[in-house]
Amino acid sequence: MERKAKYTTVSIPLSLYNRIKEMIKDTGFTSVSQFVIYVLREVVASYEEEKQGTVFSEEEKQEIIEKLRKLGYL
Amino acid sequence: MVSRPHGGRLVNRVAKGNRRQRLLEEARELPKIPVDLHRAIDLEDIAYGAFSPLEGFLVEDDYLNVLDNMRLSNDLPWTIPIVLDVNPQQLQGLREGDDVALVYRGDPLAVMRVENIYDWDKKEFSVKVFKTDSMKHPGAARTYQREDKLVGGEIDLINNVPNPFQEYTLWPAETRVLFEERGWKRIVAFQTRNVPHRGHEFVQKAALTFTDGLLIHPLIGWKKPGDYRDEVILAAYKTLIKHYYPQDVVVLSALRMNMNYAGPREAIHHAIVRKNFGATHFIVGRDHAGVKDFYGPYEAWEIFREFPDLGITPLFIREAFYCKKCGGMVTEKTCPHGGEYRVKISGTRIREMLKRGEIPPGEMMRPEVAKVLLSFDKLFVEEQRRD
Repeated sequence: MERKAKYTTVSIPLSLYNRIKEMIKDTGFTSVSQFVIYVLREVVASYEEEKQGTVFSEEEKQEIIEKLRKLGYL
Repeated sequence: MVSRPHGGRLVNRVAKGNRRQRLLEEARELPKIPVDLHRAIDLEDIAYGAFSPLEGFLVEDDYLNVLDNMRLSNDLPWTIPIVLDVNPQQLQGLREGDDVALVYRGDPLAVMRVENIYDWDKKEFSVKVFKTDSMKHPGAARTYQREDKLVGGEIDLINNVPNPFQEYTLWPAETRVLFEERGWKRIVAFQTRNVPHRGHEFVQKAALTFTDGLLIHPLIGWKKPGDYRDEVILAAYKTLIKHYYPQDVVVLSALRMNMNYAGPREAIHHAIVRKNFGATHFIVGRDHAGVKDFYGPYEAWEIFREFPDLGITPLFIREAFYCKKCGGMVTEKTCPHGGEYRVKISGTRIREMLKRGEIPPGEMMRPEVAKVLLSFDKLFVEEQRRD
């Protein structure tokens, strides 16, 4: 029994579709959809990262640096 | 720039300060589910972001997607189902939406919001994850010993699991700061559960020639009998680094994570986890995370073709051997000489020699490393640790 992931459809111009199709030949991407998902995910992650700022505060970073020094990593 | 965490955000589910205090108090009153060391390790890996973007144990939708498509339900690559198995009797009276305390050795370790209680088919799990349901496969055998129900939901870690290798343990937030402070932008990670021989050293140094730094990241945790013991691996690497690596380009840190022996699927998992630690490149071994002959020697390389969107670059470096004519470590690609000059680096042969108390030839293993290994009374895991 194969259970599929949930997807929805997004339209893109046919000319763009064809250019992508040509571009991804022999790259490891098996479909235009897979490539578009990859690119969009990168863009979204980049946006989210920018919006969220750094992973930790300056205070947390200093605590980490202190620990790294104590353990001899820095 | 170091790798972006898998899914874009480094997960932090470690409760601190007042919040931790409140959760600790709540945990006393909550229904309790005991967890063993394997799940306790999963909990830490989730909470400290090693398993980003997971915020807890998989709910059914994600579980089925991982099993069938090797992706989470949001389509992100994820190949090993991280699931909490629970004895159905312990779920009596518990409903989806409730909070529970996950308890390890009598102490509350985490609070979990029960989002989903579901059944699983252990045979299906084994066949899809391990490509076999043979009891000779350590991962499959362990799967059949697990409980019959799965519980999914977000967790908050309120206590740490006792760790004998605390001084070697760095979490993703820490390695990311470390790499930044050292000015490394391209970081190659090396996963291991073995002591280093000359072949390992060659592969690591080959990768270092085009990266800024090397993260040697041995797995600490449950391993099968016959594997090298954790302290042995760490001591061997410490010695190798001291004598043969520039100190400013290498980091040795232990990663406590369960070893599943899931071959190709686990190679992807290992790469994703190292991406979360900030690595940009990951060395994929021949028969990576394999066991016996359950997987083809290069199956773990081939699976990466299915994941162009992984976000970390896999490095496939051919098996190295010592060539007496070249006078050094080489590969098929770099050495023209015949078999009469070649010394094959055999992990099995090294293991046999060490068992007999012999120092392997210098072409196979650095003498300083061999001496340290022979100073241990017990080199190998003798029996499965139970908790």
